[in-house]
Amino acid sequence: MSAPGPFVLEAERLRRVYRRGPEEVAAVDDVSLRIERGSFTSIVGPSGSGKTTLINVLGCLDNPTSGRLVLDARTVFADGRGLSEAKLTRVRRNVFGYIFQKFYLVPTLTVLENVVLPFTFFRKPGAEEDIGRLLRLLGLEKRAGHLPGELSGGEMQRVAIARALVNKPAILLADEPTGNLDTARSEEIGRLLGELNAREGLTVVLVTHNPRLAALAGRTVELRDGRIRAA
Amino acid sequence: MKKLSLFEVAYKGLLRKKTRSLLTVLGIAMAAWVLVSLFGFNRGYEASLNRDIDNLGFQMLVVAKGCPYEAATLMLKGGTGLKYMDEAIAAAVAAEPEVDGVTPMLMQVVFDPNKGETGGLAAFLGVDPLTFPRLKSALPFKAGGWFEGPEAAEAVFGYEVAELEQREVGDLYLIPEKEVEVKVVGVLERTGTQDDGTIFLPLKTVQRIFGVRELTSIGIKVKKDADLKAFEDKMYKLPDVQVVSLSQVKTTIMTLVSTARVLVFSIALIAILIAVMGVVNTVLMSVMERRQEIGILKSMGALAGDVFKLVWLETVVLCVGGGLLGTGLALLTARLTEVLVRNLLPYSPSGGLVAIDGGLVLMTLGVVTAIGLASGVYPSWKAARMRPLDTIRSEEGW
Repeated sequence: MSAPGPFVLEAERLRRVYRRGPEEVAAVDDVSLRIERGSFTSIVGPSGSGKTTLINVLGCLDNPTSGRLVLDARTVFADGRGLSEAKLTRVRRNVFGYIFQKFYLVPTLTVLENVVLPFTFFRKPGAEEDIGRLLRLLGLEKRAGHLPGELSGGEMQRVAIARALVNKPAILLADEPTGNLDTARSEEIGRLLGELNAREGLTVVLVTHNPRLAALAGRTVELRDGRIRAA
Repeated sequence: MKKLSLFEVAYKGLLRKKTRSLLTVLGIAMAAWVLVSLFGFNRGYEASLNRDIDNLGFQMLVVAKGCPYEAATLMLKGGTGLKYMDEAIAAAVAAEPEVDGVTPMLMQVVFDPNKGETGGLAAFLGVDPLTFPRLKSALPFKAGGWFEGPEAAEAVFGYEVAELEQREVGDLYLIPEKEVEVKVVGVLERTGTQDDGTIFLPLKTVQRIFGVRELTSIGIKVKKDADLKAFEDKMYKLPDVQVVSLSQVKTTIMTLVSTARVLVFSIALIAILIAVMGVVNTVLMSVMERRQEIGILKSMGALAGDVFKLVWLETVVLCVGGGLLGTGLALLTARLTEVLVRNLLPYSPSGGLVAIDGGLVLMTLGVVTAIGLASGVYPSWKAARMRPLDTIRSEEGW
């Protein structure tokens, strides 16, 4: 799904500070990290350790307070200055696919319509030709005409994954994608992410507190109090 | 299906809260309904009034002083308190240079015991066979024509009276109370005016049968280039008569209608304002409830402009939907509106009171679309400036 190369994402001394009244809280503190192309990285840690903040900063959904973030040799953030919201949107739609704990499907659109929804705003050349294969890959081909309300939780998350992949992103960012699912469905989604990484060469960054799911990744980064404890 | 249009996304977005969207559309529809009916009434009423006045064939009526109002009351009660004026006045008026034509008339009313279940009034209008047909050239005949001579025992029936009395050309008709028979020589087409309920006879025949040598009114057609106001003033100087100018009547009626129209316009404006508030509220609530979804749209590549257009389109869909529904309702209920208006107004002309045409429909749709565009700006702007992370993370409203 992406061209070969050593690093797709490089973070250097990233710091994200939130102000809570008079107090400053560093949700991410001095984090340096390299995500290799085609890798599967999981970020683990207890609640409040800064996992979600880190993945949001890596995914350009949030600006860091300081540090440097480079995406495919393009500096997205450095020296306290970042890109404008419009430019960040362009970066996001070209590079990332996102999945979240909640599925955020549009209830009045069918599975297929939800999957192709990103095309309404942006379409990478040739992306539409792969929709059939994507639906088959995610086991959704027979559910294409169904509404989200007619699907199980696991199926809904698979639709969200298909939607995230429809524009052929370089990196899939998954923030607690199994948080709303039971054990069997969690393992099903975990296996699917592993297959997408192994078969399709998709770069996957997964935030989870589920050790079984984290173990599927080739590399695990552990966060504590916003800092990397082990990588 | 490879791509959803922004319109489809907007439309399907509205379907998730069907009842709320429907109520908002109904609010707009009500405003559009009022707007179309009001403008339609405005046009229809004026056109019908003009048509009625044109059909009269003369712009001015000279009647005996004190006649029209008291006589009308007496006539309604079955009395015969008609006031008369001398025939010579007709000749005097005809001599004026501004006059194109005059036609003397004598109205007589009798009680007809055979009319309806309990009897009713039969109106006979004596007209001059030489001048009346010329002035009332617009009167269409269903069958037959005008009288043979100035003293012929002949009658021309208005459409409704012919239907009621079941008379055709060639039939005889016995004038109640007078026991005089006249021959029906003509039946008029429906005109939608009081002519439909009138039996026309030659003036001299009415004078002879009823034993009256005078007139009740004189119709005057004024030359096109004449100063109507100056001529009116001149007519007021004639002794024992009063002048009813139809342009005055029209102005008076239109003034009354305009007063009512201002009131209805105010109501329409309030209805529109309420509808606008409803639309803004609906779309704003929808945006608020979908903060996270908007965040997801932004994360998948929607620019601020895309989100703005999406929410704006939702507003326009609501307003145009309401506009179409309201216009359709106005078209469907035009007859009902007409009946209601007819019952409410002290005077309403014959013919259609509500005239709705393509131009009016387009204008209304234009107005509601403009309302949609204007009322959608704030919610759209609010949605467009949301940052994806803030919206995805948020669980509460703004």
